[in-house]
Amino acid sequence: MMGMSKIVKTITSIALPLTLIYGLYVIAHGHITPGGGFQGGAVVASGLAMLVVAYGSVWTMNKIKEKHLSVLESVGAIGFIGLAFLGLIFGTWFFNNFLLGNKFLFGGIGEGLSNISTAGVLPLMNFAVGLKVIAGLFAIVLVMAYSTSKKEGIFK
Amino acid sequence: MEKRTIAAAIFFSIVGVFLIFGALFMHPFGQPEDPEMDQYIIDNTQAQTGADNGVTSVVFDYRGFDTLGEATVLFTAVAGVIIIFRRLNK
Repeated sequence: MMGMSKIVKTITSIALPLTLIYGLYVIAHGHITPGGGFQGGAVVASGLAMLVVAYGSVWTMNKIKEKHLSVLESVGAIGFIGLAFLGLIFGTWFFNNFLLGNKFLFGGIGEGLSNISTAGVLPLMNFAVGLKVIAGLFAIVLVMAYSTSKKEGIFK
Repeated sequence: MEKRTIAAAIFFSIVGVFLIFGALFMHPFGQPEDPEMDQYIIDNTQAQTGADNGVTSVVFDYRGFDTLGEATVLFTAVAGVIIIFRRLNK
């Protein structure tokens, strides 16, 4: 039986969704409250690292391939740079905040802690960087744990 | 005493003197030497970027290139770790 005891697995199953929700909240509210893409991504990635600790790296690697994490990280990076280039196309310069001022999405000017549809392109960049940090940090933890595990890694 | 011990003692006393002088001539807390840029960002960040969080507006708008470099550093680190450990794994 891989992983740790049944107590640890149960506690992980309870604590993991809460950690994920908190991390995604930090990412989504990065332009309003303290936090942002990097910090929220680190919270989510440490929650997923708890999964590696409790269930073992082989089980986790069977569920989540590190190939897919690489793809997710590349999607985050391309989204970030693509948003910057969209500022060059629709606006005037690289990293221009071209969504600011429109009527539909993220166009408002912040006037307190209630309105999430503000700050133009900043929430989308937060999402891109958050995706990148989640996938990147979790890929590092997962690959290191997997390649040094007793069953599959270099010490078998 | 050995030569290494004497050399280490001299080195650490020099470092300690630098640290003590740095602590003596430190600015008072909350009074930066050049507050104009901080005041500009505090005054204008809501009108110019629309974000309530000034730190995020600096990181993703005023200093976007810095964040681009940071993301590149993270990407390179992940790529290096995956390359090294995949090679060990095969």
